[in-house]
Amino acid sequence: MTSSVSDIAVPLARHRHRLGASSWTFLIAVVVALLALVPLGFVIWATIATGPEMAYKLIARPRVGALLTNTVLLVSITVPICAVLAVALAFLTERTDMPGRRLWAWLCITPLAVPAFVHSYAWIGLWPGLHGLPAGVAISVTAYFPLLYLPVAAALRLLDPALEDQASSLGLSPLGVFRRVVLPQLRLSLCGGALLVGLHLLAEYGLFAMIRFDTFTTAIVEQFQSTYNGVAAHMLALVLVLCCFALIGFEAILRGRSRYARLGSGVARVAGVVRLGRWRYAVMALPALTAAFALGIPAYTLSRWLIAGGATIWRMDEIGLALLQTLTICVIGGFFTVLAALPIAWLSVRRPVRSSRLVESCYYLASAMPGVVVALALVTVTVRVALPLYQTVATITLAYVIMFLPRALVSLRTSIAQVPVELEQAAASLGRSPARALMATTVRLAAPGAAAGMALTSLGILNELTATQMLAPNGTRTLAMAFWALSSEIDYAGAAPYALLMVVFSLPMTWLLHHQSRKIAGR
Amino acid sequence: MRNSVALLAGASALAVSVFAPPAHAQVADAITIYNAQHEGLTKEWAEAFKEDTGIVVTIRNGSDMEFANQIVQEGENSPADVFLTENSPAMALVDGKGLFEPVAADTLAQVPEQFRPSNGHWIGVAARSTVFAYDKTKLSADKLPKSMLDLATPEWKGRWAASPSGADFQAIVGALLQLKGRDTTENWLEGMQANYTAYKGNSIAMKAVNAGEVEGALIYHYYYFGDQAKTGENSNNVGLHYFKGQDPGAFVSISGGGILKSSKHKEQAQAFLEWLTGEGGQRVLRDGTFFEYAVGKGQASNKALVPLAELDAPKVEPSTLNNAQVTDLMTEAGIF
Repeated sequence: MTSSVSDIAVPLARHRHRLGASSWTFLIAVVVALLALVPLGFVIWATIATGPEMAYKLIARPRVGALLTNTVLLVSITVPICAVLAVALAFLTERTDMPGRRLWAWLCITPLAVPAFVHSYAWIGLWPGLHGLPAGVAISVTAYFPLLYLPVAAALRLLDPALEDQASSLGLSPLGVFRRVVLPQLRLSLCGGALLVGLHLLAEYGLFAMIRFDTFTTAIVEQFQSTYNGVAAHMLALVLVLCCFALIGFEAILRGRSRYARLGSGVARVAGVVRLGRWRYAVMALPALTAAFALGIPAYTLSRWLIAGGATIWRMDEIGLALLQTLTICVIGGFFTVLAALPIAWLSVRRPVRSSRLVESCYYLASAMPGVVVALALVTVTVRVALPLYQTVATITLAYVIMFLPRALVSLRTSIAQVPVELEQAAASLGRSPARALMATTVRLAAPGAAAGMALTSLGILNELTATQMLAPNGTRTLAMAFWALSSEIDYAGAAPYALLMVVFSLPMTWLLHHQSRKIAGR
Repeated sequence: MRNSVALLAGASALAVSVFAPPAHAQVADAITIYNAQHEGLTKEWAEAFKEDTGIVVTIRNGSDMEFANQIVQEGENSPADVFLTENSPAMALVDGKGLFEPVAADTLAQVPEQFRPSNGHWIGVAARSTVFAYDKTKLSADKLPKSMLDLATPEWKGRWAASPSGADFQAIVGALLQLKGRDTTENWLEGMQANYTAYKGNSIAMKAVNAGEVEGALIYHYYYFGDQAKTGENSNNVGLHYFKGQDPGAFVSISGGGILKSSKHKEQAQAFLEWLTGEGGQRVLRDGTFFEYAVGKGQASNKALVPLAELDAPKVEPSTLNNAQVTDLMTEAGIF
């Protein structure tokens, strides 16, 4: 590590006698990365501590086989359906003259404002007997397809239409152009989005618990509820983490090594729209149907319960306290996640050397860990070796940092890249220490990115259930926890106000997401 | 730089003010409860207790065995003062590790012997009866199982439901183990695995019976009464069958309360258990909408319930219910 630290030390003469700003920044980034890797380290430690014989006994049993079958089927059916739906919707909203496509584009992202377990709650409100794999696939598709729609739509917007023109001038049919020219260029965004959907499927608890579909995550939570952090739970966590790695590896293979960058001078022309002619109105059936399932069902069930519950379900003292606590952890979690992302965001823009890329990849790897594994790890570590941190806000904040750091990182990096490095240098030449120079220039100017990062992180925290439940300080009751407790006792009406509040507070952040993806594409 | 330090300090102060209720350090008259009972019930208890005594209660919600194992891991550093459960096995686990402070004699005297362990390390605070909740539109009285053991016979294949991951069901299996021994329990679990449908939570299982998804469910009695007291929309088609005759299926499970040895507020914790098993706590059971049985001497249960004395429950020693063996057997049977 020492050699890499000196690699990136700023060669500023005035500061040669002590560590430069980037060395400090790098050190902090490394510390954050080590913290982020605690869950992964925990799983490795737990496996070693369990011993091969016991581990084998706990893993090689029919129950684990059944869970693995469920998980593989769920991912391999849901992700392709999401991908096809996302490409079709993205094409319609970005590249055709379908009426109201701006509105439809917005409606394709809005389902993200509804937490996954609220989707589930809405479906079983409508069809009470719903359960098992088909239900799991159907609800997952409506809850998660926007994660694929967003990157695919953004990529479609940025494609250079010249390639397509050439292909059709060489005699390819419109369908052939789409298949052989457009689709290959969407590969990166499709793979990235698919990976994201897959990881969400592996990590989700509430959605599947509500429809009685067992995955590794629901099984770990069940084990936790009957044994706290027992060995069986640890071994299920190991298999779950291996599943995550398998997904990441699979994505890397599918992504391939081809280049997709556009070369040459000038900028790409804005792609023209495909004229659909008499199909113009008919194609609206697809986004309309999607919206009916992904937004209509939650809206219908929620309003039904809200009306049935009337005024009595609005117990303002309880709801108020839950709201206050939720918003507080959102702000704290968001703030510290952005703070933790700052060093590596700055390094990855200003000093994009191998060591900082390595550190950065640690964050992505860590955030791929499902919330239940992160929580299991932090519970075990704090109760055994870091007791003063046990059941504190600090621990749950760390969990959020681990889980959501990439969200902050992506927003911050874009903003920092837009700040000219000369400003930092000017500030330094005026006699500020490197850290102060950084604070006075880049950090301030990157504020919009920080705000966006904080909002996206808060969105994640607002809808987080599993880790929050396991790690929250005594007496905590967030909106998600209250919703879950009430709906588990089939008080669906009582749970409705909490669901409504989560949706209402998520909406502006989804709008931000929509806005951001447009801005990145320059439109 | 100064700004960010101020921000940091602000954020931390905010965290402390919102999440640390006026417990522990600030106020001596405060206790923390690890609560595996129904959230609503304990909340009502806590509020009434505070009104009567001024002692503030902080509640962490979870489930029986989760907390029992958690308390064992926390050892002497446990932040909990009082542990409340729905069933006895979790209490037996914590007691087995010697982590309970004996309950005051006056408090013990408030509860009859059959509702507390003989060593007096913890105390029964409420009770619930096993029932077979069935679909009235499909099953008539003559078609109901005579014994809980019948449910493992091929006749009942695909016809009943349970929530095996819950502490409630595991307590029922624990009673079966104590009453009939390992072999019978093993066979019964095997039959169950072939016959039953798993639901997550007793209320969800009852809802499934009501909706006609399955003919019956092995659950506790109060889910039905709770739903009837509200709208009845999840139980109007449901009838309750009490097995009686000291059948394992007539098992009455004791919800326990105990004080941790590590507690730094033992006096307040003792006061809480005394209040809970006395008029104050038992009245909530009688008049509230929770429908668990009251266990205090001379304390009546809710009028809607079949009286405890009529249930003809088998005699089970609560302090020796062995949940670890139960989960092992259930794992072997492939239920977990």
